[in-house]
Amino acid sequence: MHEEMRKVELIIGKILRIGVVTSAIVILIGIALYFLNGSGYANGFPTRFGTILSGIVAGKSYAIIMLGIFLLILTPVLRVVVSIYAFYKEKDKMYVVITTIVLVILIVAMLLGYRS
Amino acid sequence: MNSMLLILLMGLFAGCLGAILGIGGGMIITPILTIMMGLDIKYAIGASIISVIATSSGSTIAYLKDDMLNLRVAMFLEIATTVGAIMGALLVGLFSSSFLYVLFGFFLLYSTYNMIRKLMDKKGENVYTGHDPIVDKLNLANTYYDKSEQKQIDYSMKNVPGGFIMMWAAGLASGLLGIGSGAFKVIAMDTIMKMPLKPSSATSNLMMGVTAAASATVYFFNGSIRPDIAGPLAIGVLIGATIGARIMQVLKPKIIRMIFVPIILYMGVQMVLKGFGVNL
Repeated sequence: MHEEMRKVELIIGKILRIGVVTSAIVILIGIALYFLNGSGYANGFPTRFGTILSGIVAGKSYAIIMLGIFLLILTPVLRVVVSIYAFYKEKDKMYVVITTIVLVILIVAMLLGYRS
Repeated sequence: MNSMLLILLMGLFAGCLGAILGIGGGMIITPILTIMMGLDIKYAIGASIISVIATSSGSTIAYLKDDMLNLRVAMFLEIATTVGAIMGALLVGLFSSSFLYVLFGFFLLYSTYNMIRKLMDKKGENVYTGHDPIVDKLNLANTYYDKSEQKQIDYSMKNVPGGFIMMWAAGLASGLLGIGSGAFKVIAMDTIMKMPLKPSSATSNLMMGVTAAASATVYFFNGSIRPDIAGPLAIGVLIGATIGARIMQVLKPKIIRMIFVPIILYMGVQMVLKGFGVNL
């Protein structure tokens, strides 16, 4: 049982590392592109999903940096999700509930942020 | 190129300090960006919220297995903070912000006094290990390995309702005033709940990332987060925080407290003055 918990913790550590490193790599690719080709925009930068996506397809550096920043904003959400999994593996029902409440509040707040 | 490099270096420093203390680094980043680089406050706030998340996530990945962190305390108290933050965001305008600045500023000054008293205490950093019905019910007591003292430290805590209310207030302050609340979180755990300083700092680090993620989406979609500033800043802070999390493990708690005291003193004075209309 104890051995299994250790394994779960290590897997969680690796998942989080992959999430954070991915966002950093995307930002770095964007910054490198910026020095090669400029921002890709006459003025301003994209802030909605649609414009960011079309910017990425066109290889625009600012759009790629924005994607990386958005991935970084999602890393704490990933942290909460994997914590629910960890408590579930520990068979700690009370904390599965508590952490799920945190996740729900967080998602509601983020949706409010997108709509405003 | 030069300004991006400067921002990256600033992030490195802010991330490192933030990861050691469990605070966001907005107090370092906002003045440098606005006063030294002449950036609009809107973009400075957007950048500092990204720095909070990067500090939190960067220190999380420093170790695959984080013993310092108290995940149960973090998630239980996170409910209070996020609810407070949402209420704060909805109530903006209903309260006089100068009154709130003065209130929270004086609280920080009082906490500074408390921390100095603790530093002067000859018994040093004593760890609370008593029992408390709420702590037992919520299974909050934990243990961590202190590298500077080279021993396993079992700890408990008390006054959970007090800490919960403080966390709610910290969230409210961040929602209403747009200020980071890492320092308030550390104080809630360390001073009110009597948790040891290192787990308090590590737990605050995780919590502030989760709280900031909610407000960051607002700033992201309303255009306050500029890629040319937040991008290099995020990279600098991520690297700095991974380093800071490792430094924190080997520092003596007393040293961490000695760094913490002048910072909350500065923040407290700044907030009280801001309440009276003086901007530092």
